[in-house]
Amino acid sequence: MKILKYPFIALLVSFSFMSCSSDDDTPEVINEEEVITTMNVTLTNGSQVITLQSQDLDGDGPNDPVLTVSGNLAANTTYSGVIELLNETESPAEDVTEEVADENTDHQFFFITGGSAIASTSYSDTDDDGKPLGIDFSLVTGSAGTASLTITLIHQPDKDASGVSDGDITNAGGETDFTATYAITVE
Amino acid sequence: MTTQSSSVLTYIFNMKKLFVTIIFVVISMIASAQKCSYTFKGKITDYHDGSPLFGALIQIIGTDVEVYSDFDGNFKIENLCEGTIELQISHPECDSILKTIAIQGDTTENIKLEHHLEEIGEVIVTDNHLKSTTNSGAESTISEKVIQQYSNGSIGDALKEISGISSLNTGGSIVKPVVNGMHSSRVLIINNGVRMQDQEWGVEHAPNVDINTASSITVVKGASALRYGGDAVGGTIVIDGTQPLKADSIYGKTVLTGVSNGRGGSITSSIISTKKSGWYAKGQGTFKYLGDYEAPDYILSNTGSREKDFSIGGGLRKLEYGFNTYYSYYNTQIGILRASHIGSVSDLVKALESNTPTVINDFTYNINAPYQDVTHHLAKFDFYRRFSELGKLSFQYDFQKNNRKEYDIRRGDDKDKPSMDMVLNTHSLSTVFDFDAVQSNKFSIGISGNYQKNTPNPETGVRRLIPDYEQLNLGVFGSLDHQLSENTILDIGARYDFNHIDAKKYYITSRWVERGYDEEFADIIVDEYDTQLLTNPIFNFHNISGTIGLKTVLKNNNNLLVNVSLASRSPNASELFSDGLHHSAAIIELGDLRMKQEVSKKLSLNYSKQSNNISFDINPYINLIKDFIVLQPTGIEQTTRGAFPVWEYSQINALFTGIDASLDYTIVPNLSFSSKAAYIYAQDTENDRPIIDIPATNWTNSILFTRSDWNSFEAGLKYETVFKQTRFPNNDFDISYTTTTNGTITKTVALSEPPKGYGLLHFNTQCTFNWFKKSDLTVGFSIQNLLNTRYRDYLNRQRYYADDLGRNFKVQLTFTY
Repeated sequence: MKILKYPFIALLVSFSFMSCSSDDDTPEVINEEEVITTMNVTLTNGSQVITLQSQDLDGDGPNDPVLTVSGNLAANTTYSGVIELLNETESPAEDVTEEVADENTDHQFFFITGGSAIASTSYSDTDDDGKPLGIDFSLVTGSAGTASLTITLIHQPDKDASGVSDGDITNAGGETDFTATYAITVE
Repeated sequence: MTTQSSSVLTYIFNMKKLFVTIIFVVISMIASAQKCSYTFKGKITDYHDGSPLFGALIQIIGTDVEVYSDFDGNFKIENLCEGTIELQISHPECDSILKTIAIQGDTTENIKLEHHLEEIGEVIVTDNHLKSTTNSGAESTISEKVIQQYSNGSIGDALKEISGISSLNTGGSIVKPVVNGMHSSRVLIINNGVRMQDQEWGVEHAPNVDINTASSITVVKGASALRYGGDAVGGTIVIDGTQPLKADSIYGKTVLTGVSNGRGGSITSSIISTKKSGWYAKGQGTFKYLGDYEAPDYILSNTGSREKDFSIGGGLRKLEYGFNTYYSYYNTQIGILRASHIGSVSDLVKALESNTPTVINDFTYNINAPYQDVTHHLAKFDFYRRFSELGKLSFQYDFQKNNRKEYDIRRGDDKDKPSMDMVLNTHSLSTVFDFDAVQSNKFSIGISGNYQKNTPNPETGVRRLIPDYEQLNLGVFGSLDHQLSENTILDIGARYDFNHIDAKKYYITSRWVERGYDEEFADIIVDEYDTQLLTNPIFNFHNISGTIGLKTVLKNNNNLLVNVSLASRSPNASELFSDGLHHSAAIIELGDLRMKQEVSKKLSLNYSKQSNNISFDINPYINLIKDFIVLQPTGIEQTTRGAFPVWEYSQINALFTGIDASLDYTIVPNLSFSSKAAYIYAQDTENDRPIIDIPATNWTNSILFTRSDWNSFEAGLKYETVFKQTRFPNNDFDISYTTTTNGTITKTVALSEPPKGYGLLHFNTQCTFNWFKKSDLTVGFSIQNLLNTRYRDYLNRQRYYADDLGRNFKVQLTFTY
């Protein structure tokens, strides 16, 4: 029966294992680092400043993003645009635009318009390889009416693919980091 | 009166006579002490069940005296002198033993011999328990020879050799076994006696087992292997390692495999040293290195993989007692197809519309994000003690540590950080007593418990998909195998399990409200942060499971098994707590705190025949599952990345029924044909629609030519047919998004319809050369997907993005020594 001692020793050893591992720590809260909650687009022409915002404070949570456009654009006008991306789940909010600017060859914004009220969009900046990036862009309005403006940030696009450098998203590949469609009124 | 007194007198006289006789005998015994007239007798019996052994030879060493035991095991040696004699007792089927006997007068001693020497390995270590627990359960085993052919692959690949077993893949390297349509938490994996705790809940989490540690793999379809758990709604997979011989020997093998698809290979080597006394030590190691796989028309970019494993073990295996120690290390890195990582539903639509993956790069061995890096440690100690004519007591302690890191495509400082990094530690204790002395009534009882702690690393900067939790499980079981008649065995078993889970989980406040938890679970909130709530969900589950069945051996080697089993499975951490975006599937996956356990009732029949040239096996079954946990789409949510479909875990009533069949037929002595097929019908009886991800009907036929006199030459062709799955739920949904050319459009995301059926042809040949005195070399060559057929499989999660693997040439060298 001597041999029966071993299970009891093992039993004791394993229970002591159990007791040391069952400490009662409260896990720390994680604020999503990667989420982009907010896009602020500032369109400027002289003294006229219009802002477009898409904000989704619960990130991948159930609430939909809230879209706001601060005012109407003027017809047949060229606006210079600047995009700012924020992660507002952190406080203070993290400026994601800086990361995009740092990794400029891995990112590109695409501007897709619907309706004739926006005549064209074009890139005002380039990445380190001389390819378009889109943090700075310009927008030319057409005649009065309504239009949609979709701004999409693609991570790891294939900037050499056909049309991508001209702002055509079709062959860009990669994956969507942010997208928002704004309803624009031109008067 | 006279009669009475005379009888009393007679009585006294007789007593006197007896006394006198006794005294005379005693005196004569003392007087004749130095005479050699003693008798030594006894009975030779089987150690295990006490049955008498006929024909055992009993010799007195140093003399010519020898006798044999009779039919009742009795023997008698006469004319012995006082003193000590040394005996050698031998039997054709037993190990000889030496025994010293002191002769002081007539002596009787019963001697037990260890019968069935040739089976000793099996009796002690292979799970004869399993076999006895599942006398009536449908089970199949694959042998070491078959396992070896998959040396460079995974357990999931090898198991597909069994009819009714398919796999759920994520690309070519992540292969999960599917038993009769069920996988993940519904299939228990027992590796070297240890129930694997390797985060098996996830569909892209493959079993963390090196296939090269296995020398046999048995699949029990259904829940009848109660010893291992009562929650095997799908089945139990039992992986056993090499059983040491009981002889003085050193042996081992090395398998080298090279493959063209992936442009790499694997090497695995094992060695074992054994002693006749029962001591043994063994070691084994595996290394795999593969670059990108290739489909027939393109490179599957970022599908390379690595694997580094080793295991060591040792112990003592005597008949009466013994112990085993074992440690194994498993580490793998697996690249996930780059094109399968998408950011939004419009990316998914693009992938579905494109015939080729959206990312195809040149071949490389490099693995980039997304990829998995998984490490599994397993340590075990077990001990057994046999009690003659009673049974065997066994005890086991094991510890497992599983660390899973998943790397995603990330931005900025987080680029090299994993998106998920979880450590799951499990300690388990179990003890079982098998009363196996009486062949006709074997009884087992056991108790087991485990403690588990899951710790997600907060450094990832990504909200935890599975929260911190501690879990305690306790189970007791009992089973009986009763021989009803010479040809029929009844088996019956029952098990009770208690599961306690205590989690610390953060919820986004808006999600908490949207789930309706704010009303039902308000009392579990521990702390409130800006946008999140810390909660402490605690659940207790009580589960009952059982099995009853009959095994009958009919005439002409026909066997019939009938089994009814009841299994209860508590919801796993993923089903309870998931909440978040799943990148590869582009879905938001939501668990439910209200989840109950699911309960399965399965009836299975198995009819088989084994004869010289034909053997077959037919296994129809029906499985009714109450509160079957299923993940299905319920709507769409908008995020800043676009719209995502929401898939929620919910409970339905399900019906699974089907039939597995296999046939082996020797046409002529050197040519054999085999065939296997499986069909499953799975229905959500609550909503009256098919269940998702059920394997399509499949049928595999093969022919094999063998010539043992040509260096064990073998050559075979195999044709695998997988039909289109026509029964699937329609989970398609509409989505609006903006394109450059067409403005805002609405499209149906057609992800429900399974791909079309396909057929694959495989070729295999091998030869064994006895070039060296004590070692053999087996050379094998095979071609998988010989015709380079383009196909996509319904149960491959990457079917939306790319074709499955193209043709592969494989060369395998096996040295056994």
